[in-house]
Amino acid sequence: MLDLKKYSSVGEALRDALETWPTEVCLIESDRGEEKQRLTYRNFKDKALPLARSLQDLGIGPGDRVAIIMTNQSKWLISAYAVFFCGATLVPLDFKLKPEEQWQLLKHSGAKVLITEYGIWRQLCVSPARAAAAAVKTVLVTEAPDDADLFGAERWENVKGANPPAFVPQKRQDVACIVYSSGTGGTPKGCMMTHENYLEQCVALTSLYPFWPGVRYLSILPTNHAIDFMVGFFGPFTCGAAVVHLRTLRPEYVREAFPKYEITYVSLVPLVLKNLQKGLQARFDALPESKRKAFEAVRGINRALTKDRPRLWLSRKLLSEVHAAFGGKLEAIIVGGAFTEPQTLQFFYDLGIPVANGYGLTEAGTAVTVNDLKPFRADTVGKPLPGMEVQIRNSDNDGIGEVTVRSKTVMAGYLNEPELTAETIVDGWLRTGDMGRFDSTGHLQLFGRKKNMIVTEEGKNVYAEDVEQAFEGLKVKEFCVFAANFIWPQRAMVNEKLLLVIHLEHGEAFTPELKSEISARNAWLTNYKRVHGLVIYQEDFPLTASLKIKRNELAQRLSALDREQSILPI
Amino acid sequence: MRTIEQTTQEILELATKQFKVAAGSLAADDDFYKKLGIDSLQALEMLSRLENHFRIELPDYEVQGVSDFKTLAQRIQARL
Repeated sequence: MLDLKKYSSVGEALRDALETWPTEVCLIESDRGEEKQRLTYRNFKDKALPLARSLQDLGIGPGDRVAIIMTNQSKWLISAYAVFFCGATLVPLDFKLKPEEQWQLLKHSGAKVLITEYGIWRQLCVSPARAAAAAVKTVLVTEAPDDADLFGAERWENVKGANPPAFVPQKRQDVACIVYSSGTGGTPKGCMMTHENYLEQCVALTSLYPFWPGVRYLSILPTNHAIDFMVGFFGPFTCGAAVVHLRTLRPEYVREAFPKYEITYVSLVPLVLKNLQKGLQARFDALPESKRKAFEAVRGINRALTKDRPRLWLSRKLLSEVHAAFGGKLEAIIVGGAFTEPQTLQFFYDLGIPVANGYGLTEAGTAVTVNDLKPFRADTVGKPLPGMEVQIRNSDNDGIGEVTVRSKTVMAGYLNEPELTAETIVDGWLRTGDMGRFDSTGHLQLFGRKKNMIVTEEGKNVYAEDVEQAFEGLKVKEFCVFAANFIWPQRAMVNEKLLLVIHLEHGEAFTPELKSEISARNAWLTNYKRVHGLVIYQEDFPLTASLKIKRNELAQRLSALDREQSILPI
Repeated sequence: MRTIEQTTQEILELATKQFKVAAGSLAADDDFYKKLGIDSLQALEMLSRLENHFRIELPDYEVQGVSDFKTLAQRIQARL
């Protein structure tokens, strides 16, 4: 691994990585079971530098922002490196957002160049919201068919500067990326991540889960997400490892990729991990009784022998068929983005497949705590990573309070939101809004949130205020969206739901028309942003002098209602 | 060549079988996440079945954000 302590920027470290392992494979790209591309670090450099030159020809340099909206693929990473080479700031956006949401974030970020795929561009360019992001002057589009109308964009493949580009150094405190942790519909939360944030996080994470030449990381989480950016790009690249991209992410192709590419690490969100568990359990249940009993016995032996720490070589021998299905080289499944239920973690650990669970948030530079597996503790999210100071503030009688973090990995702040930044980072401590406590062995346990938001099992952060826009103009006196656990705290991080609270006009009844109007508006929202229930509140909402809803006070009043009886289905 | 109505009908029939819901209970405007109670992974499995049935390839980006049968049918129809 490169000694990241000596580097000033992400671009500088990546540049050295490309020189250090020129003949090692860095990227493998497969589509529907067929390998489409395999690049060495030298090939990667040869593709990235002409793009960097053309970005420089466009005048892109320090202080400029370049956005990427792409699925996980080689051109994502090549483009990102070209941006860093120019000393510009990368804005990685979620390709799963709706076009109007993407334009909103493009506008907020002030990006001058957008790099995207033709399929995504086709939907983006016809969106009326395009007019809002006038700062985007250049659009580079990958993989456009020969006869395609590019709607004013240029072909990524044809953009090649004639001369070699000049590497532009950056300082550790300069902003490397603006990563949106949420904010479409409400206040965009563009986390300004510095070069130091990434360099320090990479050192901390690889001290527990190392990469080396020959490691193959299967990239499934979107690369714009902080986790995949770190463990599916920066981490493996600074260690000479390889990243495998699947262009069509269907369960059957993912299953096939493990043995085919002998995957070493993969990151998953809890939803996918649970699905894997379900699939495996169904296969175990379908075994003839004698085989099933034998399997259960071997699993029990494995559980006993790995109680203190994982023994991969032993588990691979004992449970060879299970491990063969995962390619036989899997070191760990990294799970993140949302809280994972302990029984799911234990299920995999008992099979000899360590699941590296942890706790983190984009604002803290990905991971704050990670389970070090010594011993495995399914009931916690692990211990703080090296370099992380974690304190519990304002704890109650049970020792549960707000988790706060101080570290070189904590973001510089939210873009264009000084007040929000000042509320979030106080005296150098990041206030996470998550509730937790440390146990006697220093493991962090989580118990719900202080914030009016949910995190879905797919790892999506959804702030209640951000979905309210969908209900604007509803024929009610007033309305508000809440996370159910914000009103009725549950001391849990699972099954989080959003609720729409309405107050009808005086004398009006809740009609079937209003119900279907709410359902229709709810359906307009992306599926993970939808509200799951309705509460009809009979009193006026408490308001500020400027007629804004006092959310905390309203939540307090609503908490007097019976949770089960008050929530109507939508 | 199928009409959009035929394509929609075939999608509804396939989803009915795959998720074992009552015949005739699905409609074109239905939100399949909600109506079938499925998650994003199950939706991907449904897409794989639809690809096999219609003998087409639906890139992931084509179906991002699609949650109703009608829009899904339009995306499939465009590739027939």
